[in-house]
Amino acid sequence: MSDRSERLSVLKTYKLFVGGKFPRSESGRVYEVTDAKDRWLANAPQASRKDARDAVVAARKAFGGWSGATAYNRGQILYRVAEMLEGRREQFVREVADAEGLSKSKAGAQVDAAVDRWVWYAGWSDKVAQIAGSANPVAGPYFNLSSPEPTGVVAVLAPQDSSFLGLVSVIAPAIVTGNTTVVVGSEDRPLPALSLGEVLATSDLPGGVVNVLSGRTAEIAAPLASHQDVNAFDLTGAAPELAAELEAAAAENLKRVVRPQAVDWTADPGTRRMLSFLETKTVWHPMGV
Amino acid sequence: MAPTTPTKPMTFAYAPAPESRSVVDIAPSYGLFINGEFTEAADGKVFKTISPSSEEVLSEVAQATAEDVDRAVKSARKAFESWSALPGSERAKYLFRIARVIQERSRELAVLESLDNGKPIRESRDADLPLVAAHFFYYAGWADKLAHAGYGPDPRPLGVAGQVIPWNFPLLMLAWKIAPALAAGNTVVLKPAETTPLSALFFADICRQAGLPKGVVNIITGDGATGAELVGHPGIDKVAFTGSTEVGKAIARTVAGTSKKVTLELGGKAANIVFDDAPIDQAVEGIVNGIFFNQGHVCCAGSRLLVQESVQDELLDALKRRMRTLRVGDPLDKNTDVGAINSAEQLARIRTLAEAGEAEGAERWAPDCELPGSGFWFAPTLFTGVTQAHRIAREEIFGPVLSVLTFRTPEEAVAKANNTPYGLSAGIWTEKGSRILWMASRLRAGVVWSNTFNKFDPTSPFGGYKESGYGREGGRHGLEAYLDV
Repeated sequence: MSDRSERLSVLKTYKLFVGGKFPRSESGRVYEVTDAKDRWLANAPQASRKDARDAVVAARKAFGGWSGATAYNRGQILYRVAEMLEGRREQFVREVADAEGLSKSKAGAQVDAAVDRWVWYAGWSDKVAQIAGSANPVAGPYFNLSSPEPTGVVAVLAPQDSSFLGLVSVIAPAIVTGNTTVVVGSEDRPLPALSLGEVLATSDLPGGVVNVLSGRTAEIAAPLASHQDVNAFDLTGAAPELAAELEAAAAENLKRVVRPQAVDWTADPGTRRMLSFLETKTVWHPMGV
Repeated sequence: MAPTTPTKPMTFAYAPAPESRSVVDIAPSYGLFINGEFTEAADGKVFKTISPSSEEVLSEVAQATAEDVDRAVKSARKAFESWSALPGSERAKYLFRIARVIQERSRELAVLESLDNGKPIRESRDADLPLVAAHFFYYAGWADKLAHAGYGPDPRPLGVAGQVIPWNFPLLMLAWKIAPALAAGNTVVLKPAETTPLSALFFADICRQAGLPKGVVNIITGDGATGAELVGHPGIDKVAFTGSTEVGKAIARTVAGTSKKVTLELGGKAANIVFDDAPIDQAVEGIVNGIFFNQGHVCCAGSRLLVQESVQDELLDALKRRMRTLRVGDPLDKNTDVGAINSAEQLARIRTLAEAGEAEGAERWAPDCELPGSGFWFAPTLFTGVTQAHRIAREEIFGPVLSVLTFRTPEEAVAKANNTPYGLSAGIWTEKGSRILWMASRLRAGVVWSNTFNKFDPTSPFGGYKESGYGREGGRHGLEAYLDV
């Protein structure tokens, strides 16, 4: 019997996820991503300002259709994401273990929790209006109803530490209500985010609803913060000094801002993140014959 | 057809019907209301507040310095400990008391508001004051029911709220700010607008009558610099501002990187959309109310009329006919429809934009109406032939100036209505219910009035999309701005 060398594996080129497609960075740049022990994992695309702007265009284009879809439809699609993810569990366990330096079992718990989070948010799609809206008993002969509506295009800096559970925990609450997003994955741990794009692409999620970028957080975040067609900014993945700069830039068109704060991603997320990216619309109509 | 007999035109004249000023006793000067007492500004500086309808000086008020702001914030901080520890049911009773005292003194306050602001007594009496009392009454009831508001089992107050309000509805904006803040257990430092400080200072006396613990409400008067001091003070936990988008953006920059919670109610350029099947007479009333109510000094004013092309002529004829009947003049006359422009500065801004309208090619029309010789006045004005590129279609005029644009299809109406950085309000006039709901779901605006306009209620959340600000005032939603959630 001759010795057979171990089969050489096929590596994946990680790409951005923009408008439902998988482009490389228009800048042609990549950066080296390593695991917790500093071993090479991949060359990830280093997205540019132009990539960020392209992603905003894709997100804006997708907003009408996604926000106009029925809540039932959005709920089913989020549930579909959970289904697709479940089937690729092993891949994500490996990627999260590498990225975060976790054991297989701990990484597995993160991925399981992430799958369950999609399921949890899927169920919110047709309920959030019932807890966030109200029928208002005005002092006069008027029908008066307040309903939540999505804010629009939400830029999201995913948490730097929790590369997958944290990532899912900031994307799902933004999109379940009808927003579209431009998500910047963890700078040093971007691979689970880029792979999530592949799951989203096969989950009936319309292209452009979630756009995933990797690269230098500060570089990509700046054009998003000052972009006039971005309506809200989740600064979770920004360090304090950067967050303050971005918040000040975001004031130019009065983006809704979620400031970074310590979050236990394994805890019950509550409704805060969903409600942060909703507008309340109140409609009046006279009553009479 | 029978020949018509020429008849002599009859003229109906209104006799003056002035409300008595004697119900208000304005002191020659007012200090800052800090920790339950009126005190002078640290450097003793004062400024005058005038009646915009006559330019008569009404009183002198203190110009608060940074030191005064600091004193007010410290007073509110100290009061926060005990106020937030009070049972909600006790806080509720203070607020109910305030609501009742406002009702008792509403005639006095209405006259005061018309004097200092220039708005018609008919509006301060029938709109502002009833809404002020109702707002306190509504939020009073929330104070001991916060656990049921949907913000968790034990929502906590934020601390000290710094509140800066505008001059267009001085006492009503005070109520929108103070009532929910106090109900939730916060204490406040409020700065009324420079040109309309008096009703807030009278409110200080209402707090005294209601027995409100000292320091829970602090009123500081001053200009924009005082407001900036307050917003930037490190001792406040919450900023609530109603005013221009420009200042709103500056505030958002100021608080960046802090833990201060912010709500902003800013400008607007609302579309009031009239379809060809709308009841024209009702729509005309709604259009007039939408833009000429409170001299158009309304952030949610229906300042862009979008009329379906097929009824443009009919609608504009009826609108002009109606505008000819508007009575412009003495705010204290009970027959007055349109009062004085609030300040010389605002009048200059309205004039500049109206001139830009003409210069850019829109056609200006205003009914013949005699304007008083002193004070600040601007006749109700209509521009036709306005395009979306014109300044008068893009910029908030905050005056009695209506820009008329046309559309053919509902899709075009939506596109034009949403073509603005603002998103505060919108109006829809049509008899077709399904079209109302279709339109309402597509208009990017926080308040949509269908077959009505400019209606307000304490139970009804108010606030904007996009650059009209964030957060809501009114209703259950209004509590969120003052709770740690």
